Amino acid sequence: MMFEGTVFKFGRNVDTDVIIPARYLSTTDPQELAAHVMEDIDPGFVGKVKAGDIIAAEENFGCGSSREQAPVAIRAAGIACVVAVSFARIFYRNAINIGLPILVCPGAAREAGSGDLLRVDLDRGEVTNLTKQKKYQGDRFPEFMQEIVAAGGLMNRVKEKLAGGRPGSS
Amino acid sequence: MGMTVTEKILARACGRDAVQAGEFINARLDLALANDITAPLAIKEFEAAGAKKVWDPERVVLVCDHFVPNKDIRSAEQAKFVRNFARRQGLSNFYDVGRMGIEHVILPEKGLVAPGDVVIGADSHTCTYGALGAFATGVGSTDLAAGMATGEVWLRVPETIRFNLKGTPGKYVTGKDYILYIIGMIGVDGALYAAMEFAGGAVAALSMDGRFTMCNMAIEAGGKSGIVAPDAVTEDYCRGRTRRQPVMLAGDKDAAYARVVDIDVAAIEPQVARPHLPSNAVPASELADLKVDQVVIGSCTNGRIEDLRMAAEVMRGRKVSPHVRTIVIPGSQEVYRQAMREGLIDIFINAEAAVSTPTCGPCLGGHMGILAAGERAVSTTNRNFVGRMGHVDSEVYLAGPYVAAATALAGTVAVP
Repeated sequence: MMFEGTVFKFGRNVDTDVIIPARYLSTTDPQELAAHVMEDIDPGFVGKVKAGDIIAAEENFGCGSSREQAPVAIRAAGIACVVAVSFARIFYRNAINIGLPILVCPGAAREAGSGDLLRVDLDRGEVTNLTKQKKYQGDRFPEFMQEIVAAGGLMNRVKEKLAGGRPGSS
Repeated sequence: MGMTVTEKILARACGRDAVQAGEFINARLDLALANDITAPLAIKEFEAAGAKKVWDPERVVLVCDHFVPNKDIRSAEQAKFVRNFARRQGLSNFYDVGRMGIEHVILPEKGLVAPGDVVIGADSHTCTYGALGAFATGVGSTDLAAGMATGEVWLRVPETIRFNLKGTPGKYVTGKDYILYIIGMIGVDGALYAAMEFAGGAVAALSMDGRFTMCNMAIEAGGKSGIVAPDAVTEDYCRGRTRRQPVMLAGDKDAAYARVVDIDVAAIEPQVARPHLPSNAVPASELADLKVDQVVIGSCTNGRIEDLRMAAEVMRGRKVSPHVRTIVIPGSQEVYRQAMREGLIDIFINAEAAVSTPTCGPCLGGHMGILAAGERAVSTTNRNFVGRMGHVDSEVYLAGPYVAAATALAGTVAVP
């Protein structure tokens, strides 16, 4: 998977309460959630974001609540990929499970600024900052997780299992 | 190489003699949990995958606690959706208004979690059950959907960071102060992906309620789980309560820890975490004179009977400041009844505090105590992120029940 998009840059410890505040959690509709994504950290975000844009963030992106509405809202807002120095673990799992592309790439995430043009090669774990003309190597998913991504998300694996396909592998 | 208590629990859950940190495993679940805001997504994923029946109707637990009693029509629709699913599936552990409590208070209370268990919950504070010597971790709705369908979860075996707490705490220093101090020391990602194991004499001396409070906030340091190896206190708590036979596991002497942190609790003062991160912990004494508009005492962190006893000890015979709205929320029907029996509810009402039926309500800015712009709360909850309890320009200071109660009386941050 390859993405090219404009960066929205965020700092450290962006929590899921600012990604999608609890006052909007009485719905599971992705578009409705997307209408409020990042509202409490960047009120102008929803008005500016375009399909294919990329979020770059520093340490511990997605910390706090386990609400899956956070990656759902980010994806529904059109964000193609999130590149961070590190992710909080529940957000990381949720993103993989719902098919929001994410990559741990500390150098690229730290040095990218809002408005930079980024190219992300998820399969190689490579990020190129086209604005700064610099290339970075990120962490590829461990093999176990690549299988989930390749299956198109966790529930596709569950479907296989329910259909009597592969019993709980590895 | 020996194993930590967490590695032993996970080895058992995947049918192996040993596992090591860093390995990926499929673990058998003892329990899977969701609430009224995470279950709807999980149920939709479960049904979209073509799943018909949950893997075990006694081991899938649904609790309506976040936006109930229904705060508006839309939250009523969500709770109804969860309720209907629970009925269709014949779940024996579905907890609704009048029978419910905050999920992480009632699951242990009703004996649904046993030492040695592996539990996932679509709620980040599922790590609370580590206090019972179980492996328990928060997941999202899709992981929960997969767990409900298969009775399994994939996990990366976490490294363990061991916190040895020794010494005797000063007066008014509680499990909440220990955990705020630890998060302040290591940061909100200081235990990212790791199991936080709490040990040492000061942890052994904590009641179960104090241990629940500590393990509850492991997630606020980025932890995958918190755990206290089960001991006599755990066994006492489980006796006559826990429905399954407890599996009492202990770490090996030569277990490998990513890090060992020694802490002398005698040096810990009552703590307060300033906005907007739980790691902004400072001694409460440094914040004297800071005016407060609201105090909340409750939540999955501090809504148990011992917490209410601490608050009542401070508020007995006194009245809260006329400038402070004080809201006390017992964590379960059982905690509520026990507090009534002990006269604690009278103390709160006489002090001019509001007492509510159990709900997560204000902690996450849902209902029952939302803050206006510029307002400030001291709360025994677990998060003080931007906008967590209401307006984006409001502030939450996290503290234990003693400091919260003393603050309610003084109108400014105070220690009893």
